[in-house]
Amino acid sequence: MLIPALYLSVALFVIGTLGVIVRRNAIIIFLCIELQLNAVNLAFVALSRYTGIEGQLYVFFVMTVAAAEAAVGLAIIISIFRHYETVDVDKFNLLKW
Amino acid sequence: MTDVLFVLFAVVATGGGIGVVTGRSPVASLLFMVATLASLAGIYVLFEAHFLAAIQVLVYAGAIMVLFLFVIMLLNLGHDYRADLKYGSWFLLSLVVVGLTAGVLVQGLMGTGETGLRAGGAEVAAALDAAVVEKGAVGVIADPLFTDYVVAFELMGLLLLVAIVAAVVLAKPRDPEAGE
Repeated sequence: MLIPALYLSVALFVIGTLGVIVRRNAIIIFLCIELQLNAVNLAFVALSRYTGIEGQLYVFFVMTVAAAEAAVGLAIIISIFRHYETVDVDKFNLLKW
Repeated sequence: MTDVLFVLFAVVATGGGIGVVTGRSPVASLLFMVATLASLAGIYVLFEAHFLAAIQVLVYAGAIMVLFLFVIMLLNLGHDYRADLKYGSWFLLSLVVVGLTAGVLVQGLMGTGETGLRAGGAEVAAALDAAVVEKGAVGVIADPLFTDYVVAFELMGLLLLVAIVAAVVLAKPRDPEAGE
């Protein structure tokens, strides 16, 4: 089951990459980044059966970073929306407001 | 049985991932994402990572996705689907990037093969199972977390504090009378 899980991880990561490139809505881009993080988490969990408990520990850390990143990123999106009335990433290119 | 469950979860996870990218409204994308996260939690259970599966459902599919949902509903987004997709050269670029990424990763996977990992893997898995029986599914993660990785754990707490403060500062409406 290890190798199929790693292939699934590749598939999810690639789908996430595709979404980051082709979508314009900043929130969907964020969701796709979360998808990429989860793909890596899946690889960590699958490999932890073969290398030790540290794999699961790193997943724990990744989840924390993802939560922090989502909180800050969504706050930035709200802030940008307040100023530009849009979350289309092509419509703004400065983080200064 | 586990193989059947794995295939089922894998299909739901991949379909959900495709749904996230192609979803017509942000809320639809988000619900597809929840399906993906839930089936990944199922796969974690198949890999005996019960604590992570619980955390995945509670924190990821629960808390983080609800945060996304709040923001989507707060901003009232998602009326123009066609304008949301990039066409033309961007689409070609994405195909190139995706093809290269997938190619490199798959080639790396085919190079390793399961046998190399299996050789040393059986006793690692057995030791993990024994540790779970001895300490419990939470204890087996908590033990290294509070000993070898305690610095990383404390930094994680600091990171969350910084993130909370940053989110409040960024999302707070600016007071025009403050004269910023």
